[in-house]
Amino acid sequence: MNPDSLRSTLKRHLSIYLALWRNSVVREMGFKANFLLWIVVEMLWFALQLSFFLVIYQHTERIATWSKWEVVLLIGASHFIQQLFSAFFLSNCVQLSEHVRTGRLDFLLLLPVNTRFVISLRVVDLGAFVNVASALAVMVYAARELHLVPAPLEVLGFLLLCGAGLLTHYSLMFLLASVSFWTVRAQGIVWGYYNLFTIARLPEAAFRPGLFKAVFTFAVPMLLVSNVPVKLLAGKLGSPGEMLLLVGMTAACALVSEWGWRQSVRRYTSASS
Amino acid sequence: MSLTANKYWHVVNIGIQNTLVYRINFLFRAAFGLVPLMATIYLWRAVYASNPDNPAVGGYTLAGMTSYYLLTTIVDALTAVTDDDWQIAGDIKDGNISQFLLKPIDYLTYRLCLFGAGRLIYTAVAVVPVALFIFAQRAFFVLPTDALTLGCFLLSTVMTALLQFLISYSMALLAFWVLEVSTFIFILFAFEYIAGGHLFPLDILPPLAVQLLNYTPFPYQLYFPVSVYLGRVTGAALWQGLIIQALWVLAAYALARFAWRRGIKHYSAVGG
Repeated sequence: MNPDSLRSTLKRHLSIYLALWRNSVVREMGFKANFLLWIVVEMLWFALQLSFFLVIYQHTERIATWSKWEVVLLIGASHFIQQLFSAFFLSNCVQLSEHVRTGRLDFLLLLPVNTRFVISLRVVDLGAFVNVASALAVMVYAARELHLVPAPLEVLGFLLLCGAGLLTHYSLMFLLASVSFWTVRAQGIVWGYYNLFTIARLPEAAFRPGLFKAVFTFAVPMLLVSNVPVKLLAGKLGSPGEMLLLVGMTAACALVSEWGWRQSVRRYTSASS
Repeated sequence: MSLTANKYWHVVNIGIQNTLVYRINFLFRAAFGLVPLMATIYLWRAVYASNPDNPAVGGYTLAGMTSYYLLTTIVDALTAVTDDDWQIAGDIKDGNISQFLLKPIDYLTYRLCLFGAGRLIYTAVAVVPVALFIFAQRAFFVLPTDALTLGCFLLSTVMTALLQFLISYSMALLAFWVLEVSTFIFILFAFEYIAGGHLFPLDILPPLAVQLLNYTPFPYQLYFPVSVYLGRVTGAALWQGLIIQALWVLAAYALARFAWRRGIKHYSAVGG
């Protein structure tokens, strides 16, 4: 592809994405009370996760090598990544099985844009950005308690690693959603993945080497997605290799996800015709 | 009387057949649900390993803590409301409820039968992953000390199921007044999750917090039967607890009936 056509493709997708954003704003403003209540729900669950660890730290000084405020920083970062994921991808991934079931996917396949692009980014959950902000506030508070003064480069690295974590979540969830091409009721599977988010907010050092840790590091890298960025910020990284591992796993998940998606679309026979 | 029993027995049968369709979904749900549980148990192990000089955090040894979580998994599989509240709200929103107003069938009893059928199938499916999991952790699995404890545990578990159902039922009836009840369901669920003892045994909280929680129905939605099983509630406290739990069930039943009567007056049969 020559640079000119690449630029025009990007420009077109960007303008489509802006239109999708406008749509989402209009849709959300139609149900204002509901919009606010969802923010309350998410905040409540965030507070609940925090209070679980505050209760544990009533009885202990450390969990493995992690102090209280380090864990709060971790929960904040994990919530930060998860809410960004909700903002951009979550409901789109959940809806994929509906598109397959109702045959609406036909229509989406015919659109003159990349199909995965339009399926993944159709709806934006604006309320999630409020929760992103509350996660940021908790992280800043925890960093102050830890007397952390990160250099600008460290903050940049943290954000890039969070981006890698976000991409990992998206790749895996989209791969699972693609299962809906085989079994129509895939929503349960997609929600099952939601359970795995709970693992992402646990300090990785709490797990002794074994099957559990290996699976959630090298197969479904839940123990990397938020641990690695926080370890960079809190100066807890054993070696820079950990960052490479997260980036490498992100790339691997993205490739597998794209492969799975292509296999699935090839099988698609349409529900309505 | 036998005609009535017969009628609802059919409902149970239909419920069983309908939920069997979702057996794979249930299997995934039960299996995926074990992952966070396993993570929580590992987390506690790390806590105990970090405090070698304190073998009993809040009165629980590591073995006691592990068996607490194993028991919550079992009681939860037997009693949790998973989809019923969404279906009830859906029935009201879509106007499906109109047909129940015309038929000689009591909606609450009807839903209770479906709930029972759903729990039966869910438990049957979840038995496989849960049994494997408990087998892996069998060193921490304890049996109740005597037949009386077991009996009280079973009685309390039945009341827990009723309480879970009735509270969710009343909550779902909010759909008579508001269009979108899912946020309210999630808010209630959050309270049940932390104050019911899903996350941690409630008695590791400061005593004042425990006392306050005991004035709410939440501990009776999970924590109480588990503590009965583990022999942490005995003697007068046990009988007192069972009576309070029964009173909460009655209160929830009264609320459910009351909300239904008010709701029906408000109902406009959209789409029906």
